[in-house]
Amino acid sequence: MLEIGLSHYLSVAAILFTLGIFGIFLNRKNVIVILMSIELMLLAVNINLVAFSTHLNDLVGQVFAMFVLTVAAAEAAIGLAILVIYFRNRGSIAVEDINMMKG
Amino acid sequence: MTYDLATIAPELFLLVSAMALLMLGAFRQGNPTGLVLSLATVATVITFVLVWLQPTARELAFGGLFVRDGFGNFMKGLILVGSSVSLIMAWRFIERENMSRFEFPVLMLFATVGMMMMVSANDLISLYIGLELQSLSLYVIAAFRRDTLRSTESGLKYFVLGALSSGMLLYGSSLVYGFAGTTNFNTLAEILQQAAQAGEAPSIGLIVGVVFVMAGLAFKVGGVPFHMWTPDVYEGAPTPVTAFFASAPKIAAMALFARVLMGPFAELVAQWQQVVVAISLLSMVLGALAAISQTNIKRLMAYSSIGHVGYALIGLAAGTEAGVRGLAVYMAIYLFMNLGTFAVILCMRQKDRMVENIDDLRGLSRTHPLMALAMGIFMFSMAGIPPLAGFFSKLYVFLAAIEAQLYTLAVVGVLSSVVGAFYYLRIVKLMYFDEPAESFDQPFGREMSLIMGAAGAITLLFFVFPSPIVSGAEAAAASLLAAAG
Repeated sequence: MLEIGLSHYLSVAAILFTLGIFGIFLNRKNVIVILMSIELMLLAVNINLVAFSTHLNDLVGQVFAMFVLTVAAAEAAIGLAILVIYFRNRGSIAVEDINMMKG
Repeated sequence: MTYDLATIAPELFLLVSAMALLMLGAFRQGNPTGLVLSLATVATVITFVLVWLQPTARELAFGGLFVRDGFGNFMKGLILVGSSVSLIMAWRFIERENMSRFEFPVLMLFATVGMMMMVSANDLISLYIGLELQSLSLYVIAAFRRDTLRSTESGLKYFVLGALSSGMLLYGSSLVYGFAGTTNFNTLAEILQQAAQAGEAPSIGLIVGVVFVMAGLAFKVGGVPFHMWTPDVYEGAPTPVTAFFASAPKIAAMALFARVLMGPFAELVAQWQQVVVAISLLSMVLGALAAISQTNIKRLMAYSSIGHVGYALIGLAAGTEAGVRGLAVYMAIYLFMNLGTFAVILCMRQKDRMVENIDDLRGLSRTHPLMALAMGIFMFSMAGIPPLAGFFSKLYVFLAAIEAQLYTLAVVGVLSSVVGAFYYLRIVKLMYFDEPAESFDQPFGREMSLIMGAAGAITLLFFVFPSPIVSGAEAAAASLLAAAG
């Protein structure tokens, strides 16, 4: 029987975090996908924190995770708000259309 | 408990006044923006006085989450100067540019509280909360002209890259927590010190964590290769906001960078030094080269700020007390040059519209001789021409680099400041030797002339009275290093 230990949790978190980063950089379609990728990164961090917290038998990691959750909610709200006003001006939220300033 | 509240008195005052102003704005009849903006300026000035009155002895509060020391006080003073001057610069601007909403000054105050928390963070959790309080407010004020495409685009870009950098910083924090077993800076420093004394190499996981944290912080200061957001955000954001971005958050992030590396991770200097050296080298070179082809002055200032971040990081790369002193002096002088330059940029208006092309400054010496003189002083100073302040700020960091035997860094720094001098001096040439373009709208407002005059005087006369800045920076560096050692 396979024992699920710290390293498994860390691997899952690392994979999710990498997916989040790739989601931001390789995504050519939609800004909403970028917002989802950001959430994915933050959730990967939370898995890390909670796994370490259990492993170390220390509550600080879980407290940190609660703070991260709260801030992530605020961040998503602000991100969507900025996206809405951007859409009003540009009429599109495709990543390739965000190109007014360059150089 | 009362003791703790005295330790955070400046932050507490600013936070309570920000919330009170929010209520005032929400419940007052008519357009309360002018009133809220003036009161916000007063609040930052009072907070500056409170920071000034704080003792410089190191003091922990809230179970070691928060620290007050001489370094923090010095940096908070600079941050508050940056915020209050940016607020003053916004007085007329927000009326004219159709962004007269009272949330603007309130958000500036929240961002400032966040920066003060960052500078005083003594734990990875309080670091993150301070950083996010700052960043979330800044995302909104970058996009504050919600009817223009450029401002909203800059807000969107800033948000995406800022959130990415926060994610990296957090991932690094989680690794540091997991592999060291604590998030507190003092305990981290002790654990690393004990490991070093026992001859153990630090664990790979911890080093990876530190590198992630550094990547996140490098994003916030805008160092290459994490600088991509800077030019777009500077160009798109409303100009007083750009002035704010270029001053206060830069100083806060730089102070945080120094506190994290010189405090908890002081033992890992061999590991982080290479990273800081690389960021610093790349920032100086890119800042000098990429600025040459710019035509928009706000974009030019963005590349200039990238270059300045590179020079300031030389001080951090040295990893010594002289280095941190150099960094503190650099940020102080950079603050004044930068605010002065942005005051000039804010006066660039023709036919009641902002103009932002460098060519619009042509022949300024004939149309507005005093403004041209002030701009000339700032440009010469940024290029590092003696005896102006910018020369001394570079001198301190280069000396620290040479003492720490980082010769490459010093040599590349001198060479790139020669290249950088080209685009600063091009502006001086445009102002003094070209045929005048259309004259700028009058009047600028007395407060603008005052900001230009004061910043110009500080830049010009620094070499006569260097002691307020230099001795302040010296005490700040000593207090940061005393905590680490």
